[in-house]
Amino acid sequence: MIHTFEALGCHIALDVASGAVHVLDKMSYDLLNCVEPPMAEHCPAEVAEKLPQYDAAALEECWQELLELVKAHQLFEEETYIDPSWAVVKNTPIKALCLNVAHDCNLRCKYCFASKGGYGTGRMLMSFETAKRAIDFVVERSGKRQNIEVDFFGGEPMMALDTCKKTVEYARSIEEKTGKKFRFTMTTNGMLLNDENMKYFNEEMKNCVLSLDGRPCVNDKMRVTAGGHGSYDIIVPKFQKLVAGRGDKEYYARGTFTRENLDFADDVMHMADELGFKNVSVEPAVGKADDPLAITEEQVPQVCAEYEKLAERLVNRPDINFFHFFVDLEQGPCVIKRMRGCGAGNEYVAITPEGDIYPCHQFVGNPDFKIGNLYEGTFDKEIAEKFCGVNVYTKEDCRKCWAKFYCSGGCSAGNYNVNGDIMKPSKVACELERKRLECAIAIKAIRAGLAEE
Amino acid sequence: MKHVKTLAGATLKMSAAHGGCGECQTSCQSACKTSCTVANQKCEQSK
Repeated sequence: MIHTFEALGCHIALDVASGAVHVLDKMSYDLLNCVEPPMAEHCPAEVAEKLPQYDAAALEECWQELLELVKAHQLFEEETYIDPSWAVVKNTPIKALCLNVAHDCNLRCKYCFASKGGYGTGRMLMSFETAKRAIDFVVERSGKRQNIEVDFFGGEPMMALDTCKKTVEYARSIEEKTGKKFRFTMTTNGMLLNDENMKYFNEEMKNCVLSLDGRPCVNDKMRVTAGGHGSYDIIVPKFQKLVAGRGDKEYYARGTFTRENLDFADDVMHMADELGFKNVSVEPAVGKADDPLAITEEQVPQVCAEYEKLAERLVNRPDINFFHFFVDLEQGPCVIKRMRGCGAGNEYVAITPEGDIYPCHQFVGNPDFKIGNLYEGTFDKEIAEKFCGVNVYTKEDCRKCWAKFYCSGGCSAGNYNVNGDIMKPSKVACELERKRLECAIAIKAIRAGLAEE
Repeated sequence: MKHVKTLAGATLKMSAAHGGCGECQTSCQSACKTSCTVANQKCEQSK
């Protein structure tokens, strides 16, 4: 399977199975779009007839170049080298936790998926005892995996900062004994940041995700306090100070765009240029069509055009890392990883303040997806196995999609929330993902100097 | 080549030979977790 597309004025062919990416001139691009594999040794007359605007000898020259790529297994490669059983995971180690330390929040963001922080289960904070059990649980379940990821999440995790700190201290204290290496992430709205905890985060957190939607008018419409006031003026100086002290550790200024700011490219540029955050991510609000803020199918063309506009603004700005336009075509994850999906419910689980275990944070509070409880020592294998069966070959829409090895099948929770089925991808999410990938690859092509003059 | 330039070779196919160690970062795709395309993560073995 190949995918050909035009983006940022580039003509590109992606060979899905091999992972090869080619940048073509217009003639070879038009020719490739007329090719039905297997390719003959020479350009057939009936193909040349479809392209009367080009000289036959020149088309033959293009044909030979394409044929060379076929022979090098970089074009029209079959997926036969892939064994679908590679995607089947059984008794996989759990090695990543979303630790919901706070089912409470000091903001009332209008698009919040977690019922303004409480997840619909009542406001509460996680005790250290529960967090310790979670760490012991992941160590026990992680088998031979060395790297363990723990994401402090909420609600607003800084409302349970004491638990976070004790958890880090405990995990570090058992690293040597267990042979594990913990990597912590803090996802925060910034309201409670001060000099002391910024210093702490910059020492202990491998990654900090800083929630900010962009321009003041956009942020303050969505990210408001319980009293309805905007948060921009409170959080921006704190985020800037934290980032200034972060050195080369990872961080992202991370926002959400909704149907009310489809001009989100301006928000990305605001955060990058006016606020100085060079690692920026903005994500679409996703949900059912009746969700008043979620991007609708009708808005997809407009959002795609905005992505292309953003790509044009970023193509000559390698100093800005826009999360979704970063794609590693050389040293990304192996094909086996890409088949398997996000790992929710098998290598990744979410733990609530009560010690309940869910496949991921998005399922928290839904009793149908509760896997178990740390205190009861329960773990429902049936639910976990349902998620083990989710991969790009078991989902029909994914199997035939050219982007399957780049998104790895998308978000099971998003699928469930939109379509009521973890196996049925969300059309909006998929279309936006494909467009972002096209932009990302085109940016790479231009930066590599391969675009047609 | 004159008409076609290769930006990336058959890296995906080659990765099958050494893949599957499971040490790489979990790749949550959810919008609220700064979802990433799986491809934008690093292979732990390439570090």
